[in-house]
Amino acid sequence: MRETWLILGGTSTLGRAFAQQSAAAGCRILLAGRDAAELERNAADLRLRHDIEATALHCDARDLEHHRSLAHATALLAEGRLNLFLAFGSMPGQAECDADPELARAMVETNFTGAASLLTAFAPVLCQDGGTVVVLGSVAGERGRPRNHLYGASKAALRVFLQGYAARHAKHGVRVLCLLAGPVDSGMTWPGRPLPFTATPQRFAARAWKLAQRASGEAHVPLVWAPIMGAIRALPDRIFNRLDL
Amino acid sequence: MNLILPTMQQQQREESLWRAQTLRDWGQLRGAPCLAARPERLHELRQALRSVTGGTLIAHGAGRSYGDAAQNGGGAAVLTRRLDRLLTFDEASGLLVAEPGVTVAEILALFLPRGWLFPTPPGTAQVTLGGAIANDVHGKNQHLAGSLGEHVAWFDLMLADGEVQRVSAASDPALFAATIGGIGLTGVITAVALRLQRVRGPSLRLRRRRIGALDAFLDGFLAARQAPWAVGWIDALAPGAALGRGILETAEACDEPAPAPRAARLAMPVQAPGWLLNPFSVRAFNALYWRRVAASGDERRVGYEQFLFPLDGIGQWNRLYGRRGFHQFQCVLPEEAATRGLRRLLEAVQQRGSASFLAVLKWMGREGVGMLSFARPGFSLALDIPACSHSRELLLALENITRDCGGRIYLAKDSALTPQGFVEMYPRHAEFAVLRQTVDPRRRLSSDMSRRLGLG
Repeated sequence: MRETWLILGGTSTLGRAFAQQSAAAGCRILLAGRDAAELERNAADLRLRHDIEATALHCDARDLEHHRSLAHATALLAEGRLNLFLAFGSMPGQAECDADPELARAMVETNFTGAASLLTAFAPVLCQDGGTVVVLGSVAGERGRPRNHLYGASKAALRVFLQGYAARHAKHGVRVLCLLAGPVDSGMTWPGRPLPFTATPQRFAARAWKLAQRASGEAHVPLVWAPIMGAIRALPDRIFNRLDL
Repeated sequence: MNLILPTMQQQQREESLWRAQTLRDWGQLRGAPCLAARPERLHELRQALRSVTGGTLIAHGAGRSYGDAAQNGGGAAVLTRRLDRLLTFDEASGLLVAEPGVTVAEILALFLPRGWLFPTPPGTAQVTLGGAIANDVHGKNQHLAGSLGEHVAWFDLMLADGEVQRVSAASDPALFAATIGGIGLTGVITAVALRLQRVRGPSLRLRRRRIGALDAFLDGFLAARQAPWAVGWIDALAPGAALGRGILETAEACDEPAPAPRAARLAMPVQAPGWLLNPFSVRAFNALYWRRVAASGDERRVGYEQFLFPLDGIGQWNRLYGRRGFHQFQCVLPEEAATRGLRRLLEAVQQRGSASFLAVLKWMGREGVGMLSFARPGFSLALDIPACSHSRELLLALENITRDCGGRIYLAKDSALTPQGFVEMYPRHAEFAVLRQTVDPRRRLSSDMSRRLGLG
């Protein structure tokens, strides 16, 4: 069956990398985001490298009003089964969020409210052919860290939302995969010191693509984060609170 | 970070773009600590340029410049590798428009199967398009195809103030000529329109001849002038009557399919020990390499990549020289001074006991179009000089011989050229300085190399 992947956050590092993976597999690609010029450059690149059709679409995660019409428009453009890759997000540091409530609100609206709204809007389309939904969660959502607990909370909220969403739509063949992502070498993590076990976008996307073929539920990417987060979650508070992980 | 760039502004609401990095040169001679941005979108590049208000910035691509052309110690750098999208390709004319971070290797991988070749493939395919333009690179076909600048239709250049201008030889000849070979000092390229070359056959027919001495080499090149591809490997350590002996390789398009590529790719996972490349081992290697080709010569079919990029088959080959690193010296001498000049250069290398691997000899046929382009008609010699206590002295001697002969040193390889030498070798340097003053009056675009050469 022909497949189409809608990349929400089509100019993000992982959005780009995942689009390359799915284009290499011959899928039609739809790139959605706010920066039309950048989206078009990405679409052109996919067309030239992989000889597939790639189209740019406008999408603003925070503009909840337009999500339903976006879903309709996408359904018309898609060829074959429609799948979603949710790659948008913002990650300001906790100190910045504390200092600027507007920044904090924008982050939560983007990472959680907007994501939940988009997924809700796309549910009817996905249920038609039983598409796959892959969402970028984060290990930061598994236990709140002092340096970004609001960000972590937004990702944790999304994770719980996905659990119910998956249960609801499973009977229509919709497969939902929440990737609990460790740090990736992207524009988000470039400033500040390099973190251990940081994945390259290409390696991350290759693993995500592989998981997207069959897996559902939740998966740590890279895999090394499964035992690491297991250990971190098990730390008693009095130790975790002193460590500033 | 604040110690390095006290005058840089950090935007409050916008995400920070900078990370402290030490950028290395390919020769592994020195690391240059700086603040580096790695934009993935054009507006991030603009933001980076605009935020460098009191300091300097230089673009850094794949880091294949042997010296300090893409280093800016104590300042800022923009890493262009993630601005690497292909934008358009015209099947009829071969015009490719791409972002500056795309490498020659990527272009080859995608377009050689479709019958198109990068027009002037340099010695390594691992360079970025932006870097290739900044150095006006040339290939083993320079005598006929010229340097890269002759194949560039236009480029988009982001100037120091963040504004983007489309530049062609017709629309803005001065800015075009200043940017080609301009080692990044006019701005940061954001897109390039490049004319790819139609490939005449899927493989190359390669002829190799053993050459006994320098004069025979120069004659050999001239005799083979019709061959589109030609390069010579010189044993830099062969003394006396055998001075300048080596192997002349010429190639032309072949209709038959290319042989299967080499199975395993080697890599240097760690730095080699310092004693590995010494005058004895290198002399032995060079002598063996010379004898690889039978005295009567040989002929065989090869793939393009195999012929064009022999060193790319060994990952991180620069580590063969170990932690001390090495200098690369490349100059071009006008034809009338070539025999005498090349002889003096090789003698200078041997006299000081430098363990130089195979040197590369190239017949150049065309002048580069840039104000600071390296290429001019004549003979080019490139060789490695392992870094040691007297390598600086040797490089100065080589510079003086080059100046004596009216020749020119290649900035993409250079780590030692003096400001006086630069002024003599690049007669259009004043013209370049005038143009630069108009597009970047505050000299925001600046590198360790530009300051070393007296360009500021």
